[in-house]
Amino acid sequence: MLLNQFLLLAAVLFAIGVYGVLTRKNGVLVLMSIELILNSVNINLVAFGTFNADVSGQVFALFIIAVAAAEVGVGLAIVLLIYRNRRSIDVSEADMLKG
Amino acid sequence: MLSTTSLFAVSAEIADPVVKTNLLYEWVGLVPGTMALSFLLILFFGKKLPYKGAEIGITAISLSFLFAVAMAFTWIIDTQSVLNGDKGETAAAVVVDDPIGVGETAAPLIPLAEEGEKARVTIDPIVKEFDWLENGNTTFGVGTLVDGQSVMMLFVVTFISLLVHVFSTDYVGGDRRYTHYFAFLSLFTASMLFMVLSTNTLQLIVGWELVGVCSFALIGHWWEEKANSDAALKAFLTNRVGDIGLLVGMITLYFGAGGTFDIIDINSQAVAGEIDHTLLLIASCCLMAAVASKSGQFILHTWLPDAMAGPTPVSALIHAATMVVAGVYMIARLYPVFWDGLSISGSNINLMALMGGITCVFGGALAFVQTDVKKVLAYSTVSQLGYMVLALGVGAYTAGLFHLFTHAFFKACLFLGAGSLSHACHHTFDMREMGGLRKIMPKTFATFVIGSLALAGAFPFAGFWSKDEILAGAGVWPGTGGNGTYYIPFWFGMLTAAMTAGYMARVIWLVFMGEYRGHAHPHENGNRITVPLMILAFMATIAGFLNMPKPFADFLGIKDAGLAFEHWVEPASVAHFPAISHASPSLSLAIVASLVAGAAAAAVWAYYRRLHQMDPKATAYTDSFVANNKLIRAGHTMLVEKYYLDHLYTHLIAGGTKGPLARAAYWFNQNVLDGTVNVAGRSTASLGRFVYRYIDQGAIDGAVNASGLGASGSGQVLRGIQSGKIRSYATLMFGAAALLAAVFIVVV
Amino acid sequence: MTEFLNDWGISLMVFLPLIGAALMAFVPASQEENHKTIALFTTLATGLVGILLIADFDYDNSDVLQFAVDARWIEVINARYTVAMDGMSLPLIALTLLVVPLVIIYSWNHIPNPGNPKTFLMLILVLHTGMLGSFVAQDLVLFFVFFEVVLLPMFFMIGVWGGEDRLYASLKFFLYTLFGSALMLVSFLALYVLAGSSTFNMVQLAENVVTEDISKTAQVLIFGGMFMGFGIKVPMFPFHTWLPDAHTQAPTQGSVILAAVLLKLGTYGFIRIAIPILPEAAVEWAPWIGLLAVIGIIYGALGCLAQTDMKRLIAFSSVAHMGYVMLGIATLTDFGINAAIFGMVAHGIITGMLFFIAGSIKERYHTLEIARLGGLLVQAPKMGWILAITTMASLGLPGLAGFWGEFPAILAAYDPAPGLSDALFRVYMVIAAIGTVLAAAYLLWLLQRTAFGTPSEEFENDPHIHDVVTEEWIAWTPLLILMVVLGFYPRLIFGITDDAVINSLLALGG
Repeated sequence: MLLNQFLLLAAVLFAIGVYGVLTRKNGVLVLMSIELILNSVNINLVAFGTFNADVSGQVFALFIIAVAAAEVGVGLAIVLLIYRNRRSIDVSEADMLKG
Repeated sequence: MLSTTSLFAVSAEIADPVVKTNLLYEWVGLVPGTMALSFLLILFFGKKLPYKGAEIGITAISLSFLFAVAMAFTWIIDTQSVLNGDKGETAAAVVVDDPIGVGETAAPLIPLAEEGEKARVTIDPIVKEFDWLENGNTTFGVGTLVDGQSVMMLFVVTFISLLVHVFSTDYVGGDRRYTHYFAFLSLFTASMLFMVLSTNTLQLIVGWELVGVCSFALIGHWWEEKANSDAALKAFLTNRVGDIGLLVGMITLYFGAGGTFDIIDINSQAVAGEIDHTLLLIASCCLMAAVASKSGQFILHTWLPDAMAGPTPVSALIHAATMVVAGVYMIARLYPVFWDGLSISGSNINLMALMGGITCVFGGALAFVQTDVKKVLAYSTVSQLGYMVLALGVGAYTAGLFHLFTHAFFKACLFLGAGSLSHACHHTFDMREMGGLRKIMPKTFATFVIGSLALAGAFPFAGFWSKDEILAGAGVWPGTGGNGTYYIPFWFGMLTAAMTAGYMARVIWLVFMGEYRGHAHPHENGNRITVPLMILAFMATIAGFLNMPKPFADFLGIKDAGLAFEHWVEPASVAHFPAISHASPSLSLAIVASLVAGAAAAAVWAYYRRLHQMDPKATAYTDSFVANNKLIRAGHTMLVEKYYLDHLYTHLIAGGTKGPLARAAYWFNQNVLDGTVNVAGRSTASLGRFVYRYIDQGAIDGAVNASGLGASGSGQVLRGIQSGKIRSYATLMFGAAALLAAVFIVVV
Repeated sequence: MTEFLNDWGISLMVFLPLIGAALMAFVPASQEENHKTIALFTTLATGLVGILLIADFDYDNSDVLQFAVDARWIEVINARYTVAMDGMSLPLIALTLLVVPLVIIYSWNHIPNPGNPKTFLMLILVLHTGMLGSFVAQDLVLFFVFFEVVLLPMFFMIGVWGGEDRLYASLKFFLYTLFGSALMLVSFLALYVLAGSSTFNMVQLAENVVTEDISKTAQVLIFGGMFMGFGIKVPMFPFHTWLPDAHTQAPTQGSVILAAVLLKLGTYGFIRIAIPILPEAAVEWAPWIGLLAVIGIIYGALGCLAQTDMKRLIAFSSVAHMGYVMLGIATLTDFGINAAIFGMVAHGIITGMLFFIAGSIKERYHTLEIARLGGLLVQAPKMGWILAITTMASLGLPGLAGFWGEFPAILAAYDPAPGLSDALFRVYMVIAAIGTVLAAAYLLWLLQRTAFGTPSEEFENDPHIHDVVTEEWIAWTPLLILMVVLGFYPRLIFGITDDAVINSLLALGG
């Protein structure tokens, strides 16, 4: 079975995504990195689904894709608003949640 | 004390103590009760009555006095009959408690009979007690104890109090607080009698403090002026200092005697040697502190002269005749304790004798430099109280009490005399404003001179007999015997005899001789003032014969009259009184002492006569050897400054406590203790706010709160992490996830 | 009747005030007179129930818990609704029943700013329930609940109706006490768990501590937690700093209740809970408690001497007086604890009275600064007299109530319980005796500066200064009478407490 390869791919994608989230200052790139993370999870789900001959893995993946679409929609809207307010989409400057 | 089987087995000469009782002895509690009732009646209804309450007070004290006289006579008759061989009722017929059965363990008694005299027996004290409180399954009582000592004191207190009441109706007539004045006289008399009749030391403490507060109220009678309330405060606080000794001493005794306050019980145990000597010593020393404060002994005497701020009749009653002798009375009450505790027998010196000796000399010296006639008398009181303490200290029990007895009359006479003077001289007590009053106020003059002679110990006035007995009791003069050889107290006593005569001569010269130096228009006072004076002067003249020595009585041809007072008052041949031995009187000692006193008086008299011849208006030499000698001047200043004791107390001790010490404690409180709290509070300020909001919104119990505090506290720590930076959050999140994954892997 | 009292008496007494408060909640706040009437009647009814209980109390068996009710409550943790009273709690219950109605009578025309008698009186009623409950609870959880119920109303009373610095004072009061309570709760729980997790009943716990063989270290630690809880409430040196602030800032009524009853919750906790349940640990702690007690006596007195404000002075005097109570307790003898209970009642009456007077002086002079007062005896002679009698009682004059709390406590220190150092406690005794002098000093000094002398120019012709008025007479007379009666007939309290105290010390073997 090719499960190992799928998992490896997913892990690499995940790691790239995490790296992107943690290092990129650009809000859009952060969102994209999050997409990468989500997709790596999708790959895992589909791979395991096939491996176990169970469709629920694919169903979950579809859910995640839908949610990811919504997330990106909201996320981009936030980034847009941040840009409007600050003329910058540098996430390291957005620290208004500080307690 | 009561079961007496073992007592007369010891010696054939000692007879069985006799139990006597009658209604008077049983119901003597009515006397303080009457006075207490009188206090309440005057307080609540006095102002509405025609004589503003004085009539209630005088009625009550008259009844009390009659009771006391009746009791004194009954007592004398009973004692005399016992002396003549009456065995009284059998002990079994009288129901009195004997809680510990001390009779069984009584120590062997030394025969007390003097040569050629029958074995002397006294009546057993008559005790009547009620339950007062119970604590730890022990019940404490309150009641009355009648014996020679309390009968004598009852008589003295009611007698002087009655005369003072009468005197006061004129003297403080029209005063703004006339009613209160009489109310407090009643309360004082009640408290004093309550104390005098104590059956136990707890009751004694209560009475002791109550007379103190009456004294406080009466010294501060005119409290509008700060000087008066200061004097009242000083009196109260000084007494409180002594009370430390009283409390500690009585507590020590309580436990030393195996948990009892009962006076007779304690005394019996002390006589029988059942109480540890060290404990008795500690108790005696502590109690001496109480005596020092109440009875004005050096160094706690300083309140007494200041107490003269009160109305003069009060000074006569409280600060001369009765309250201040409470200390002396207390020593006499617990005499076995001091006897053993201070090892009075067969010694040369002890704390009590020394304290008394120092007091009588130092007090007498201070009397010389006073210009205020009341102050002279006050220091004289201090000195005479020292005499009484000295007497008890050298083992002359009866002499001490006898001096208490005679002193009450002549000192009350002198104080009331001073009051009479002031009443006539526009309310001044300054002797520089007097002079030449002998012609204007003949009755006051005569009584005052009699009082002075009695005080100075001139034959045959009252003071002569009592003072002579004390000097003989010191056991120094050849042929006197006594309980030891108290050289220092003896010479102190002798010196005081001279000083007493000296300063009284000075007073009489300054007040009555020469020309009038004041600006008022003195006049003789009315009957309500002079009659009490005459009664007291009469007593001051004759009281001494009550205890004249046997040879003198024989000389006069009245056979059984010798030492009557001793027979009436001193317990003998019983288990609760130590075996003291009596000094024999000495004619040579009496003559020498009288000569010394006479010489001192003559010297002072001559001194002032010469001054008068130089300048009729002068009261002190301005230019002479005495005024110019540095040493004498230094001594004089020392006396005027009252040995600087007042400075020590007021400025150093009281001021130090109230000022720096209290402020330091408060500073510590505010800055250290409270500061700690505040710092803790501030550093968790938001924590506090959190709690405040949390509670404000409602119902949360303490446990949740406590956890809330913890949560909030950790929130403070975590607050730093919450930077608001999304990426750091993400870092944390991933880091934590990785950590958890690692844990997961390791564990699974 | 007896049956009804046996079953419902105590519960009725405890919860009547709460019912009254609930009733008041339905009356609009504008009907002030109605509120006062309801509050007064509630407390009087409570008092009536209390009097019936006290009358029905079997004084020959005052060591037995009477009118006991034991009902299901929180089964999960075996906490039960157990209430009862014996000779130890009876005097304190009586004191509470007396003081609260007097406070309400006093409030009739003395509602402090900012007004709102409805809430004010409701808080007092809630307090009433809390205080009575604490004195009758025989179950630790129940006790704790009542103990904490007291806290809230007091907090609001100080925080809303207090003086200028009220927020600080109320918060300090609340936090400090809460801190102690938390430790106390931990102790209770530890005790519960170590003693077999079967009961919170005080009597059974005391037995379980013996049967379960709890280690001495654990006992000492548990006692320590209770010590913090109760000691802060007393308050003992050095945990007393909340007291002067709370007292100074609290409205008169609050100060009176605080002084008269609240402080006694702490000392009562010691003699009802800490010592009977953990006698061994008590012996370990007693020397330290005694030490803090005598430090408190001297220190409180010195603190008083440094005060310039009358109310603050009285507050500090509480520290000193509670020192005598704690000294009595620290001796662990029947004598000392009897004295302590008497001292609690006496202090409640006397200090409560002093705070009443301070409140009335403040109302007339608008200041309590001692230096500005003076000549009270001239301007309001009756009040001056009352002040004089009360200060005399406070300084422990025999013949008035204060003496019987003070002297026996000093006496007891001579001979503490077996296992305690005689020499150490004798030193304490002497220090405590010295404390009486200082007490006389600051109280007489206060009396001299306020009552004696002549009025200062500032107040000489002030028409506001009048003598005692009717509601003050009604509120004060019972206290004054008690002061004298207890002083002359101390048996009134000693007779009730003695057996119960001896019983509570059985575990100590003495």
